[in-house]
Amino acid sequence: MAGPALSGSDAASAVRLRGVSKTYDSGVRALGPLDLDVRRGEFVSLLGPSGCGKSTALRLIAGLATPSAGTVEVSHHGAEQRGSHRIGFVFQEPTLMPWATVRDNVRLPLKLARLPATDADARIDAALDQVGLAEFADAYPRELSGGMKMRVSLARALVTDPDVLLMDEPFAALDEITRFRLNNDLLSLWRTLHKTVIFVTHSVFESVYLSERVIVMTARPGRIGAEFRISSPEPRGEEFRTSAEYAAFCREVSNALAPSYAGQAGA
Amino acid sequence: MKSPQDLVRFLLPVAVFAAGLVLWEAIVRGYGIQPYVLPSPLLVLKTLVADWPILSQSLGVTLLTTLEGFVAAAIGGIVLALLFNQSKWLEYSLFPYAVVLQVTPVIAIAPLLLIYLQQQTAVIVCAWIVAFFPVLSNTTLGLNSVDRNLAGLFQLYGASQLQTLLFLKLPAALPYILGGLRIAGGLSLIGAVVAEIAAGSAGAGSGLAFRIAESGYRLNIPRMFAALLLLSLAGIVIYGLLALVSHLLLRRWHESALGKDS
Repeated sequence: MAGPALSGSDAASAVRLRGVSKTYDSGVRALGPLDLDVRRGEFVSLLGPSGCGKSTALRLIAGLATPSAGTVEVSHHGAEQRGSHRIGFVFQEPTLMPWATVRDNVRLPLKLARLPATDADARIDAALDQVGLAEFADAYPRELSGGMKMRVSLARALVTDPDVLLMDEPFAALDEITRFRLNNDLLSLWRTLHKTVIFVTHSVFESVYLSERVIVMTARPGRIGAEFRISSPEPRGEEFRTSAEYAAFCREVSNALAPSYAGQAGA
Repeated sequence: MKSPQDLVRFLLPVAVFAAGLVLWEAIVRGYGIQPYVLPSPLLVLKTLVADWPILSQSLGVTLLTTLEGFVAAAIGGIVLALLFNQSKWLEYSLFPYAVVLQVTPVIAIAPLLLIYLQQQTAVIVCAWIVAFFPVLSNTTLGLNSVDRNLAGLFQLYGASQLQTLLFLKLPAALPYILGGLRIAGGLSLIGAVVAEIAAGSAGAGSGLAFRIAESGYRLNIPRMFAALLLLSLAGIVIYGLLALVSHLLLRRWHESALGKDS
């Protein structure tokens, strides 16, 4: 099968994985079998040690890789419009085209969909506004800081108005202050845009801060080790980051994550 | 010239050049060396002015040949690299022959080409043979250096093969292609000269290299030097022009074209 199948069967579920596993040509099993349901509009983090296959899971959902077994379904609501795309992907690196301006980088998905330039311009402006980069539209990527490049990458993912936003350790390479700011901005975007977000990270603190649900994965082959519902009320802000409640969640999730690392060391 | 150091970097080679010329002139005068053995720099310059009608015409011929060879090499190298990039089988089948063509000295191929081809065509083919390989190998390298995640992004958004080529692969390969072209510019001049020399007195040519060969037979050494000077200048100008084009195309985004402090 090639990529995720279309499905409208389950109205509440945006992404559904059933018995999905990935085995590389070398015979190494990277992932699964994995069952996963993500509700529409939910913010879910996949948390696990490096090499546990969490990025592979994301690439499978995006259709950038095909599963060795099992099915991946990404449902979408509403009619598929020209220039809209079900999935937005943010990589660990900003992954911008260095030869194009910020505006042209954000334009890329629309250009590939052959959207007329006049329609595209308004959407590009809106996306750049959302990430607070309107005044840097004509800059080149090399003229931006790491955090700003990541914002461009986020704007490019948002410009197609996707149902599902897939993020692969997007803030891992940033300094802490920048990461916290981007965390907050991402949360407020999620609140206003009601996107389904699947966020891959190896940071316990980041996953608890952002998510409604944290899924802890085991060491290779990655499976679901534990699940936590982070029941803290919205909106979360800097007070939440320093609250006792937050610390308690972090401790709980860390404890669940410990066996994954122990298993890795013993292997 | 922004800083004193830049000025020094510019002035030092000029000073060395001037000193060399003065020394040369002094030796020729001091020892009374005959012009048919070694002409003085001043005499070379005088000859250049006096023979300008002939030499300028020859320069035009050589430059035109070089340009034709260069354009053929640029198009041939880039198109071949694109074909190789699309089809591994084609690359495996043909790439060894591109290497063979490159490592066989062109001076040894030129006489053969002159047997089978018209001289004008043979000269262009020679220029092409020496110049296309750097374009081919650099473009291939560039096309294979595309960021894996960016390629994934194009796949995610359902880009067609043509879109991927135009919007991703060619721009990503541009710095490499320009590097290849910069080498090819000088090489196509060499290729043109080699073929003209190989044609030699038997040829009906009128390029600068032909003038050098002809002047040699006539012991007109000052004109040999004058023609050599023009060839050297042509090479410098070609390299400078290509470097300028490269700089203009890359200055906004590529590391190679950025100043140290920007």
